[in-house]
Amino acid sequence: MFDVDLIRKDFPVLSRELPGGRSLVYLDSGNSSQKPNQVIDTMRDHLAHHYSNVGRAHHTLGAESTAAYEDARDAVAAFVKAPSRDEIVFTKNASEALNLVAYAFGNPIATDARFKVGPGDEIVISEMEHHSNIVPWQLLAQRTGATLRWFTVTDEGRLDLDGLDDLVNERTKIVSIVHQSNVLGTVNSVSPILARAREVGALMMLDASQSVPHMPVDVTELGVDFVAFTGHKMVGPSGIGVLWGRRELLDAMPPFLGGGEMIEAVWMDRSTYAPVPHKFEAGTPPIVEAIGLGAAANYLTGIGMADVKAHEKALTGYALDALGEIPGLKVIGPRTNIARGGTISFTLKNLSGDDIHPHDVGQILDDAFGIAVRVGHHCARPLHLRFGIPATTRASLYLYNTTDEIDALARGLHHVQKVFG
Amino acid sequence: MIAESMYQELILEHYKHPQGRGLRDPFDAEVHHVNPTCGDEITLRVKVDEGKVLDVSYEGQGCSISQAAASVLHELATGSTVEESLGVVDEFTRLMQGRGQVEADEDVLGDAVAFAGVAKYPARVKCALLSWMAYKDAVVRSA
Repeated sequence: MFDVDLIRKDFPVLSRELPGGRSLVYLDSGNSSQKPNQVIDTMRDHLAHHYSNVGRAHHTLGAESTAAYEDARDAVAAFVKAPSRDEIVFTKNASEALNLVAYAFGNPIATDARFKVGPGDEIVISEMEHHSNIVPWQLLAQRTGATLRWFTVTDEGRLDLDGLDDLVNERTKIVSIVHQSNVLGTVNSVSPILARAREVGALMMLDASQSVPHMPVDVTELGVDFVAFTGHKMVGPSGIGVLWGRRELLDAMPPFLGGGEMIEAVWMDRSTYAPVPHKFEAGTPPIVEAIGLGAAANYLTGIGMADVKAHEKALTGYALDALGEIPGLKVIGPRTNIARGGTISFTLKNLSGDDIHPHDVGQILDDAFGIAVRVGHHCARPLHLRFGIPATTRASLYLYNTTDEIDALARGLHHVQKVFG
Repeated sequence: MIAESMYQELILEHYKHPQGRGLRDPFDAEVHHVNPTCGDEITLRVKVDEGKVLDVSYEGQGCSISQAAASVLHELATGSTVEESLGVVDEFTRLMQGRGQVEADEDVLGDAVAFAGVAKYPARVKCALLSWMAYKDAVVRSA
């Protein structure tokens, strides 16, 4: 039984007081989520009683640390229904996971034809991407002479699939798009794009940083080739991210970073590499962070991701209604509560019709009401350019948020309009 | 409410009724400055004659702090000497970068002293300084 009051008790920060006696209304989980005791205690316990290096320490602590680290891999694999634990590669964040795949393409070491990229080849992304799913592909295009193309976004904030067959074609090597937009909240429909990618022999990657924390995600069911996500947005720590990839592709890819533990044997002039996932985990990994992420996955599984999704959907509907009643507020993204998550970005005018800058909105919400939102372009500048706005205010919801907090946001926004009226 | 120490009435007044806004001719130098973290930007022109600032004109977009700071700058600099105005810029910069620990010299700063509260918000200091740094740059280029 999903009980938000009980869940809130798991997150110590939610009951803290801000300077001036304000209580905290945390509506910035899309930026980074808060952490439950279950994650904090697991990490503390490991640091206090079991910590050592993993893989290369042949003593009791080394064995305990390695077991905990690999247990975390099992937990994450189960969380996203990976067919094999070896398909879970720990990275430092989603950006590194995306870069890891981007650097596999056009790499002279790569012998597999699917990763060969040169002039005339095409890479497809979308206008609603976070910079971390844009820049690595721009760099790939620059390295190889390939052409970067993208889906545009409709006024409602959906991917425009009208030109799908032209955009994804025989020249396309990879399509990499976001599963749930970090600005619009839009949840993209993967299957039509994937079907076209399969038709033309292109690979497909999903940036699932904003979906894995908020809904049941089954990588087999999705059917794509690569999925990237990050720990700190799913009640886990920062410094740990995940690349899931099909075993057969991971095997075919060249290493990304070279270093300790990613090798099988090393001579002065050459090396052979460890099997996946270790081939992609050079150097001492973020051990305690990985263990914390495992605890986070288990915590969310214990609550039930279907329930998390249902709670957020109800909350999103409530928030869209509440914000819809504020004159001068314009939601940037789907206004209907269908195929969208609990990320709501908006612009705000005062009652005379003048724009109120998001920095001013966020400052008043924080200082006067303790409401934490994000303001700016949210690392998605091209999307803001597409809508012709420099910045937005973004409220992003999670399992621990309540309708009372939405009410507080609505009251806060009315106050902002008075201050800048 | 902490915000009230930042959003002084004077700042809000300047934001709602910006002084000297709009780009004007003649001018000796024009600069364009951007704050990449928030996208605020300003285009600013100065007209200087024999060490005297005849006009500071500007156009830009951004938050209330950045817009009000430009308006206050216009009022303080226009009609003063280049030397005096750069003294005000230095004092304003010292105040903004003082993390709220610096006692402002009100005699030098005049209305700009209203921004003292902004110095406590590291994320907003750049907003307040945007136009003032642009002015300093423009004056140097006009010489």
